[in-house]
Amino acid sequence: MFGIKKDFICDLPKKYYTLSNYEKGVARWCPGCGDHAVLSSVQRLCREEQLPPEKTVFVSGIGCSSRFPHYMNTYGFHGLHGRAFPVACGVKFRRPDLNVFVITGDGDCCSIGAGAWIHAIRYNMNITTIMFDNQIYGMTKKQTSPTSRLGTISNTHPTGSVLPPVNPLQTSLGMSNVSFVAQTADWVPGHLFATIKAGYEHPGFAFIKVIMRCSKFMGPLVEEMTTNRDAVSILTHENGIQADDGTLRAFKNHLNHDPSDIYAARGLAEDQESSYLGLFYQNKDAIRYDQYGAHNLGFTPEEKMAAVNAQLDKFAV
Amino acid sequence: MKDGNGSLASPSPKTSKRLVIKEHILEIVSDSGEGAQKAGQSFGAVSAKMGNGVWTVEIIPADIQPPPRTKESASGIRIRFGSGKITNAGDEADILVAFNEIVPYNRIEQNVYREGTIVLIENKWATDKSDEIQKSYATAIQDFKDRKFVVYEIPMEEECLKLTPNPKKGKNMWVLGMLCHIYDRDMEKAAAQVGYIFRSKSKAVVDSNLQLLQAGYDWAREHLDLSYELPSVEAKEELVVMNGNEALSFGIQAAGIELCSMYPITPATSTSHHLAECIQSSGGIIHQAEDEIAAVGFAIGASYAGKTSVTITSGPGLALKTEFLGLAVMAEVPLVVIDVQRGGPSTGLPTKVEQSDLLAVLYGQPGDAPKVVLAPSTIEECFHFVILARRIAESFRMPVILLSDANLATGVQPFPRPQLREEWLSPPVDQSPRAEGAMPYGWDEKTGLSQRPVPGQAGGEYTLTGLAHSEQGKVTYLPEVNQKTSALRSRKLATFGRTLKPPRIHGDEEGGLLVVGWGSTLGAIEEAVDIAREQGGSVSSIHLRFLSPLEPGLLDIFKRFKKVMTVEINYSDSLDDPMITPENRRYAQLAWILRAQTLVDVDCFSNVYGQPLGPGKILARINEELGKLN
Repeated sequence: MFGIKKDFICDLPKKYYTLSNYEKGVARWCPGCGDHAVLSSVQRLCREEQLPPEKTVFVSGIGCSSRFPHYMNTYGFHGLHGRAFPVACGVKFRRPDLNVFVITGDGDCCSIGAGAWIHAIRYNMNITTIMFDNQIYGMTKKQTSPTSRLGTISNTHPTGSVLPPVNPLQTSLGMSNVSFVAQTADWVPGHLFATIKAGYEHPGFAFIKVIMRCSKFMGPLVEEMTTNRDAVSILTHENGIQADDGTLRAFKNHLNHDPSDIYAARGLAEDQESSYLGLFYQNKDAIRYDQYGAHNLGFTPEEKMAAVNAQLDKFAV
Repeated sequence: MKDGNGSLASPSPKTSKRLVIKEHILEIVSDSGEGAQKAGQSFGAVSAKMGNGVWTVEIIPADIQPPPRTKESASGIRIRFGSGKITNAGDEADILVAFNEIVPYNRIEQNVYREGTIVLIENKWATDKSDEIQKSYATAIQDFKDRKFVVYEIPMEEECLKLTPNPKKGKNMWVLGMLCHIYDRDMEKAAAQVGYIFRSKSKAVVDSNLQLLQAGYDWAREHLDLSYELPSVEAKEELVVMNGNEALSFGIQAAGIELCSMYPITPATSTSHHLAECIQSSGGIIHQAEDEIAAVGFAIGASYAGKTSVTITSGPGLALKTEFLGLAVMAEVPLVVIDVQRGGPSTGLPTKVEQSDLLAVLYGQPGDAPKVVLAPSTIEECFHFVILARRIAESFRMPVILLSDANLATGVQPFPRPQLREEWLSPPVDQSPRAEGAMPYGWDEKTGLSQRPVPGQAGGEYTLTGLAHSEQGKVTYLPEVNQKTSALRSRKLATFGRTLKPPRIHGDEEGGLLVVGWGSTLGAIEEAVDIAREQGGSVSSIHLRFLSPLEPGLLDIFKRFKKVMTVEINYSDSLDDPMITPENRRYAQLAWILRAQTLVDVDCFSNVYGQPLGPGKILARINEELGKLN
């Protein structure tokens, strides 16, 4: 008689996180910097996915982009220049319960951290990486970046840079075990959000390159793209990024691209100044190193000690 | 046994009484790839199992496959074994087994043999089809005799050919059998050991090696007049026998460390080989990173997320990890770093021992980076110090660096089997919500300690940063904050130092000379001190395990001796060297620290021959110093 009918049990609503639960402090990027747009998109993603702040970790390196974790009311790791990837992979390896994001920049990722970057692609852990590519070193006041267009005038190359830039999309797509490569731009908010969301939902290492405006040291390519909508093409496909109508209306050039076709993706990425926005490549079945890392968690003390004792037996006199 | 130049005895079975000895030093040296190490390791293991004290050290060529029959190709092992406990590799060898006449010269150059050292040498080269080799062999044999070695020419190849078409693959087991007869080893234990080392091979391989073992034994019984008896003391407690790197691996697991992140480097790597074999069974995992920097970064990531991790390296790798070590200090991330030291600087001497990384770990990071540094001095301590290191790292929220060295890494010694305890294991990751108002760096002003939040703890959200930061974890460049937080990080060392006891003095509490050592030289120093004391010398020694913070009471101890001198395996200028004066002399690494810390005029005896310091050399120096004091 004291039983309660199952229908009467109602779930107490879990804590609902609002945008303000993810916000911390006032971002100290320059007015007009593209970083603000990514911050807003990521906070929106956290709210839409209702990511518990205590279970979410933003790992960054050094540079303007890498200040990002300080503006998220989650856990964060603002570490060393070029070393966000190994730290993030270490966080994820034995803590599969954590949502891990990497925030990096063109210098952090493609120059000082290039070795760690390509191996992070190969590890294919379930991590969402957002690479802020403004093609210039901003924080240290306008030095040539690895992604600066040939001839870029900077404080380290006052007569123009002398080497062709690194192509992050091509490099990513050339790495074995690559599983998600996309490009978006900070000034196309609908597309930016859709891309970050797709990266978050991807089961593996999502590499998202965001073409970024630097309000102080604007690169010529970015300038061109922001002023001429025809310079941009949107990649469309049923398995690709689903851009909002506004984006599709604003940018008239569309290209249907199947993201399972790595050869086509590499072709699109071949152009050094590729201005395609969308999903270049996705493979949900690539080998996941984080699954290997998490395969033997949760041993009891008794199990641990029994295993060590069994090993010691082999060394017993 | 014969004196003068030995030869094969008459082929009748030898029934002569065995000569009782207290200890012996045996070396087996071959071309790289001929298995001398395997034979020696097995011999050492069998001896330990029989209750003898044992210390073994490998002789490792720098290249993987150096040209055969060259000095560079010398690969082998030294085994010092005796009735009592053996704590170091000793001085000159009593017996050398050589697979050809060239490789011993690698060791002769290092003065590890003496008049009367018995040389058991493969004789096939005497009849080699190359005249040049025949001549080289004859010349060397004569040279050995001129050096007053006692030479036995042994038909190793000839005897092995009776059992196997490829003696190169089995000669080592035949030699093991021969040695088992010479030293009256328990053949059941030897056979079990052979079975163990070939456990992953086919039965045919095991059987063939067992036959060779027995053949070597039988041959020695029939043909050699060398036979010794080495009384063994039955161990009162259960023992395990392993090398220092294996002990580190066991320590990692017994500490409940669930992640070892590493990049291959000699001589640290063999730790990860053993870990790779078994850590998954104890709930951990090994990550082989893309480079040394990523290895430590990965470990720091896992530590930050609550799973305190270990990274293992040697000199060049340590150099690469410098920036991350500074971050771990600054951001107060617990971490265990094991540095198995080798010769430096740069790539230096990859396979040889040095204690040259002490100043690098203490002062290698730009800025002030206080951290705990400890050095195991025995193989048993390699095990226990990892457990200790993890606890210190977590309690004091800082990296702890363990300085082992190539001597401990490859040395094999029996020690009491560790009785594992649950409290050694790392506790489960705390996922309880943080107390209201708890700050990520809520430093206790008196001790510098604070409780770290771990991802998953609600209310603990913060962004770790290597930039100067406040209690709230916020970046700040305020001058007072940086001064204060630097002091608090430093204070943690002082706090930890309060838990340490003054070092135990080996010998009298006061007197003439005090020798100070650290790391793998413990056994050799104490042996030398004991001999000097038996001879009436007023000498004592202390051996430091904690190098940062230093163990307390040093000044008080130093004052009770007329002279204090460190003994270390690293470089120091000698006052006899050209250009060197008391003012510009560069001291051995511990000596620098002790001088700075105590203002006592601490002298040093150190060198970088790449060899473990034998008790004989230390004794000679002690006597020289005592002579000056009198």
